[in-house]
Amino acid sequence: MKLVALPASLDERTFDTVVRGLEGDPAERRLFDASHVRWADPYGMIGLLAAGTVAARGAERPILRLPESPEVGSYLARMGFFDAGANVFEIHGTRVRPRGEGPSDVLLEITAIHSHADVHAIVDLVNQRGMAILTRQLGYPLREAFQFSVVLSEVCQNIIEHAESGGWVATQTYTWTRRLRRRVVIIAVMDLGIGFQASLASTHATRYGTRWSDAAALEAAFLHGQTRFHDPGRGQGLQQIRKLVGRWNGRVSIRSGSARIADVPDWDDSPPLEERVPFLPGSQIGIILPARADHEPTPPDAARKAELE
Amino acid sequence: MSYGPAQVIPFEIDVSSIARRSVASLYSHLITRPTGRALRLGIESQLVELNASCLSVLDFTQVVVLDYSCADEAVAKLVQRYIRSDRPADVYFVARGLGEQHREPIEAVLDRHGLALAAEVEAAGYVLLGMATPAEQATWLALEMARSAAPAQLAARLELTASELTPVLDALCDRRVALRQARDRYVALSSLLDTRH
Repeated sequence: MKLVALPASLDERTFDTVVRGLEGDPAERRLFDASHVRWADPYGMIGLLAAGTVAARGAERPILRLPESPEVGSYLARMGFFDAGANVFEIHGTRVRPRGEGPSDVLLEITAIHSHADVHAIVDLVNQRGMAILTRQLGYPLREAFQFSVVLSEVCQNIIEHAESGGWVATQTYTWTRRLRRRVVIIAVMDLGIGFQASLASTHATRYGTRWSDAAALEAAFLHGQTRFHDPGRGQGLQQIRKLVGRWNGRVSIRSGSARIADVPDWDDSPPLEERVPFLPGSQIGIILPARADHEPTPPDAARKAELE
Repeated sequence: MSYGPAQVIPFEIDVSSIARRSVASLYSHLITRPTGRALRLGIESQLVELNASCLSVLDFTQVVVLDYSCADEAVAKLVQRYIRSDRPADVYFVARGLGEQHREPIEAVLDRHGLALAAEVEAAGYVLLGMATPAEQATWLALEMARSAAPAQLAARLELTASELTPVLDALCDRRVALRQARDRYVALSSLLDTRH
């Protein structure tokens, strides 16, 4: 059995460490050890599901050793991680019940996406419970809060239109006390489908010749709005997501195969393009939207301080 | 030179009600391509039933969320179909009840296809959305203000000659954002809506 020690902070910045745990013999069973995890965000949680799913493809169902921290365990429960991971992992450890009665600060628990109907359900749900969070905690005017739904809709449709596979989405707000001194919304959308390189190959690979790669495909889609469809109306989704996220001084990244591309705002120091990151099939999208700089947030419920950055 | 139809029947379509009907009352927001496609087919079906030259009003007043994929299918592809010479019916479109949250996706998808659409936008009045040259924008706006005019009348406002302006007006008619009703008479689409009350 191969031990994969999960980092203390389970998020996009540490995700490559998790994926690296998949390297080696795929037939060897994995043990994902989350016992020292002190913080997890939607990207980290869905990323762990994705890694576990890949590990299960070639070997016996992987084991997940739960975090020792009751706060993290409670948060995972509240985000629906155990339901989503029930068929992915053999879970070891004590499951903590979620604190609080309702999901009032949860924008969207981990939710599977298989069809356009799922996208409608997601947007309906976020519009029902998310507008107050977005307007009061992040200071977005109502009109921009509705645009958040547009971003969510487009990014989820990306899975259905291009991945040839199902996927997951989750979104949550946090206070980034050290990094940004503001509240942020984090959206994570992932699939384990064909990825950007395969999706665009039939229409674009020939033109790129030997330069065709995960990075080239990401650049074509992310920077130039290219898709496998000949319809000029296609390919707008990612471009409009970039535009909206940029307007809010946010960050958007797409990881696919062995490359990652991002629009990087001034408050972040990650590179705009990375190649030769550990391979993971499909695509993994991360979006971070900070609160408006001039906004004084309504203090979040003290019972929901899962923001352990 | 062909002129527009002698009589245009204004015909109002509440896009949110069509979406609900076309998509079996499942969705409360105009999002996703299949929803947009169903919406377009619903509108086209109503237009075929009408069987007349028609100014179709797309009313977005009740629409809360409109995403780009849905706007592309429902608006851009609808306008695109009826701008072609083989269009199924003689239909002009005007959008109404647009807030800023609708304007942005509609403008983006029109731009992407090189289309234009007359629209009544909240706090801005009637505007020409989508792709248009500065000359087309200025001419369209002058016609909108005049409501109905001969080229010579508009030319004076725009400090052009009638012979310079006429091709621009004809281009707007070809793009179906204005109507030529007689040899020397052009009308703004919005002016046709007033006759329905």
